[in-house]
Amino acid sequence: MAELLQFAFSGLTVGAIYALVALGFTLIYNASDIINFAQGEFVMLGGMTTVFMALAGVPLPLAALIALIVTTGIGLALHRLAIEPARGASPVVLIMITIGASVFLRGVAQIVFDKRFHSLPPLLGADPIQIGGASVLPQSFVVLVGAGVIVVLLWLFVERTLLGKAVIATAANRLAARLIGVDTRRIVDFSFAVSAAIGAIAGILITPITLTSYDMGTLLALKGFAAAMLGGIGSPLGAVVGGLLIGMIEAMSAGYISSSYKDAVAFLIILIVLVAMPQGLFGRIKVERV
Amino acid sequence: MSLRALLEARLLPVILVVAIVIVLPLFFPSAYYYRIGALVFIFALAVVGLNLLMGFAGQVSLGHAGFLGIGAYSVAIGPVQFGAPSWLCLFVGAILSGAVAFAVGRPILKLKGHYLAVATLGFGLLVAIVLTNEAGWTGGPDGMNVPPLMLFGWRVHGSDVWYWLAGATFVGGFMLALNLMESPTGRALQAIHDSEIAARVLGIDVARKKVTIFIISAMYASVAGSFLALFNGLITPDVAGFLGSIELVAMVVLGGMGSIFGSLVGAAVLVVLPQVLTVFHEYEQALLGLIVMVFMIFLRQGIVPSIAAVLNGWRK
Repeated sequence: MAELLQFAFSGLTVGAIYALVALGFTLIYNASDIINFAQGEFVMLGGMTTVFMALAGVPLPLAALIALIVTTGIGLALHRLAIEPARGASPVVLIMITIGASVFLRGVAQIVFDKRFHSLPPLLGADPIQIGGASVLPQSFVVLVGAGVIVVLLWLFVERTLLGKAVIATAANRLAARLIGVDTRRIVDFSFAVSAAIGAIAGILITPITLTSYDMGTLLALKGFAAAMLGGIGSPLGAVVGGLLIGMIEAMSAGYISSSYKDAVAFLIILIVLVAMPQGLFGRIKVERV
Repeated sequence: MSLRALLEARLLPVILVVAIVIVLPLFFPSAYYYRIGALVFIFALAVVGLNLLMGFAGQVSLGHAGFLGIGAYSVAIGPVQFGAPSWLCLFVGAILSGAVAFAVGRPILKLKGHYLAVATLGFGLLVAIVLTNEAGWTGGPDGMNVPPLMLFGWRVHGSDVWYWLAGATFVGGFMLALNLMESPTGRALQAIHDSEIAARVLGIDVARKKVTIFIISAMYASVAGSFLALFNGLITPDVAGFLGSIELVAMVVLGGMGSIFGSLVGAAVLVVLPQVLTVFHEYEQALLGLIVMVFMIFLRQGIVPSIAAVLNGWRK
């Protein structure tokens, strides 16, 4: 039982990160129909920039803030410099632009930073807390609470603000949104920036637990995508549920089956979802809501 | 004959490629050049296959190096573990790759859009994980030695011999691809690429044609992987890695999506570049990413079709 609880906690923690990556996918996908393969790189950039700012002597909160701003800027630049000029291109072309951006950011990170693994000091100390026989790192709670806050803020934003309504309108029907005066280009800009910011926060939160390195983004993107598909592409609720589920399934299979094949879980789930239920768990919801 | 008619003549590309294979060694000062030449043709073979998928079926595979890996490890594991002849393992590897492509592609290609890219990305990573973890079979991260290819009791070795073998195989694969594009399947694919709805209205089984071409492109990559392993004599899981897949995609994009001849140009540039630029290795990822992005944004046609368009413009 303690073992199960232990796996469940670690599954929930990484699952929260997958949920944030999936949420980033969903935001961009809803606003522009683009699958952003560079989503994982936002997470990497958030973690790596914070690490190297901290190494340079910048106080940790300031380092995290700088990382957040830098990553958001890169997200905006990705849209303005790479996606915008290719507006109207076929989906294959857009996929390849984002995958090119992903590899480019990895390559630049490898040059600007380095190829080693890095960690950050945890926010609430490193002593594990005992819960029902399972020992849980305090940072796990930071990750879960942080992810929860982001989800709630995003929900409030979409439900309660005019800009949020414009995002919903753009997701529902781009042409109609433009007709009623929504600057859809701005909305896509905005969704890239917010996606990048969410990714950066995920990267900063998870680095004390899983470490960070220049090439962590590809696997994260795959798992975030698996989460988004399991939940139903385009559904924010699905992204969150899907992320937590993928994290749990992965932790359980790592614990009970084989830890060296835990990365294969995401791929298997993608295949199973595609064969059995391409619409995902909450796929229908996207028709009515963001 | 006008230049345009020449360019459109079906035999011309074949003659051109055969001429390149034969004439190039006249300028080779050392065996090292034969080695690079052989590598270009081996990669070009895989790129032709991927180009069929990307340029004609309008689908992208981000895990094509996974098939390269299956082909490579087939000719390594088969002879070492089962004592099977290498040439037989090459065919078995190709059939295995085709079967895997069928299993992965069939459920996915019925759906629209981005799914093949995501699924193949996962597939490529999975192959690399298996190759790294199953050390008892594959030697793990350190890789394994590949027994040399024996043909009719004769051991194939030496860069020059491999140059001719790889060159001849490439010409074969090249002609096959050209013919394929003129076949009903090829014409159906081009119709799908132009308008999937129109193709469907015409009665083309879109999903089935896409699966067919995905299987064929996987087999191309597998054969190229087998050649690579036999040629190098040593193979590591890196061959199947994510970066390998991106390299193949970059080669297709560079030469020109949908240009079979462009495949050779794309492969040549990205095989030769690291040899010329010693700093290339350090900046490899950044450069590959940049190439894919810049070509997709500004030069979507790729090198060869762009040059052809310019030449045609001059003639008019």
